[in-house]
Amino acid sequence: MTAIELRRVSVALDRRPVLSELTLTIPSRARLALIGPNGAGKTTLLRAIAGLVPASGEIRVGGAPAASLSRRELARRIAVVPQFPSVPAGVSVTGYVLMGRTPYIPYFGTETRRDHDIVAAVLDQLDLAAFAGRRLDSLSGGERQRAVLARALAQQAPVLLLDEPTTGLDVGHQQQVLELVDTLGQELGLTVVSAMHDLTLAGQFADQLVLLDRGRVAAAGPAATVLTEPVISRHYHASVRVLDGPGGGIVVVPVRPSAEREVVT
Amino acid sequence: MTVTERRPGRETVASGPAPGRTRTGLLLAAGAGLAAAALLGVLVGPVRLEPGAVVLELAGRLPGVDTSSGLTAPEAAILWQLRLPRVVLGGLVGALLALAGAAYQGVFRNPLADPYLLGAAAGAGLGATLAIAYGPDTAGWPVEPLPVAAFAGAVAGVGAAYALGRSGGVRTTTSLILSGVAVAAFLTALQTYVQQRQDETLREVYGWILGRLTTAGWREVVLVVPYAVVSTAAILLHRRLLDVLAVGDDEATSLGVRAARVRLVVVVAATLATAAAVAVSGLIGFVGIIVPHTVRLVAGSSHRLLAPLSLVAGATFLILADLAARTVMAPAELPIGVVTAFIGAPFFALVLRAPRNAP
Repeated sequence: MTAIELRRVSVALDRRPVLSELTLTIPSRARLALIGPNGAGKTTLLRAIAGLVPASGEIRVGGAPAASLSRRELARRIAVVPQFPSVPAGVSVTGYVLMGRTPYIPYFGTETRRDHDIVAAVLDQLDLAAFAGRRLDSLSGGERQRAVLARALAQQAPVLLLDEPTTGLDVGHQQQVLELVDTLGQELGLTVVSAMHDLTLAGQFADQLVLLDRGRVAAAGPAATVLTEPVISRHYHASVRVLDGPGGGIVVVPVRPSAEREVVT
Repeated sequence: MTVTERRPGRETVASGPAPGRTRTGLLLAAGAGLAAAALLGVLVGPVRLEPGAVVLELAGRLPGVDTSSGLTAPEAAILWQLRLPRVVLGGLVGALLALAGAAYQGVFRNPLADPYLLGAAAGAGLGATLAIAYGPDTAGWPVEPLPVAAFAGAVAGVGAAYALGRSGGVRTTTSLILSGVAVAAFLTALQTYVQQRQDETLREVYGWILGRLTTAGWREVVLVVPYAVVSTAAILLHRRLLDVLAVGDDEATSLGVRAARVRLVVVVAATLATAAAVAVSGLIGFVGIIVPHTVRLVAGSSHRLLAPLSLVAGATFLILADLAARTVMAPAELPIGVVTAFIGAPFFALVLRAPRNAP
């Protein structure tokens, strides 16, 4: 089963090409990490899949051409966790997570008991029940990120797109959020596509890595084939060492060329 | 997934300190306040009416109720032909301006937005000035041209701002607000020019701009009611979607909302409400900002409660402001726009300084 299929997809922003004829197939239940240097087009690719930027080429979601789906239908198939979610003043956590039910509520309708039940269940799942009545803007960064995730899960979409879900979190909370996404993703059978900055974490939490550079797929495959020193130094212009981590993972460590020389001499 | 019976915070779905019971309580309290203000509005004036007699007289008009009130015939005429239409018109105008203000603030995610943001005031001002300066002698016309011109001006002003408000092919809230500023400046310049050319009408134009609630029986009320019903219904029906728009166009879109369309519908409804209010009452400032913000501080920012409460509180506020306008310097009347700002600004300052009771 294919969750997302992109064929020769191009996106231009301000007449500047950001994605160029990109072709990519994302199987159902994949755990895919989008990596690549700043400006490579990771965010734009996620936005194109979610139908938030006009794109040429063909995008299929769950087999159906995205262009043939209405906004609401698309929102029932794809949930997005943006990199910088807006935090409206005064909204409670429950009110915020209930917004995730929007694609199921008739235009002039209100939430049903079922919507409330689903939101309550999601809050329980994410350990947010105690925060239900709290204001979203009073939460800490990690708690807030869980609330954003809860809103996305309340959409009950089979595909979850996350744009750098660990932005602004410390290392502990980064792990917590990624573990949570991983566990829930497997439990609910979701297709999870995350744009990631941290290559080590990307290698740990994804089966498939897609390296974007200048709007094209530069490398794709499991961590062992994508996270290599030549590939990273070519596309990131970075000096790194790729080490075997404890337990079989891959660890990408930045090194300072001058400092390294000092060690050698 | 396990669904638990315990749903903490379920009632605070909206936001702020408004659990279900509090919500009903707030609406009831606001309704009682409106009834009290309306009663005060019909009682107080050059001829004082007896509260008991007025209540009996009003109740007597209800179907199936037959009471004989103690009002004399002239008193009954004062009640039915002078006081009541004015109180009802004040209530309608206040309700529409406050609701339109709340809607504009929600749709533009901008606390400074008011019903006049997109050129409604400037357009109405130009229309009214043209009607006063160049309007033909209308004694004997079935419809006065002034309200029609003001209404048309307001709608045309917002229409122009909306048509111009594209930036790079997209209508963002910022580009709409900026084009509203440009349209308002242009129309105000035209209005000032016309006004200077015809300076014998200056006083009348100025009086109109400051706002007034003078009525001739029920005619103005009848003019406003259809717009009030349609636009109020449209805005109240979009309450939930206005809450979703608070996360921004992009996220609202990914939640399945066509943000631009919702904004257009709400702006059209709020503009009709504003134009109808302006047509019969001139430019009454401040109601559209102060009332929704005060309500927000008490009841939270969710439009589910904000919209209906703003409606009721706006009506109450303007009825009381009009009462002050016609009694403080009686028999002379103050322009009501002066009163709303004079009472409103200090009151608003107090509200802002008060400790928030939001959690």
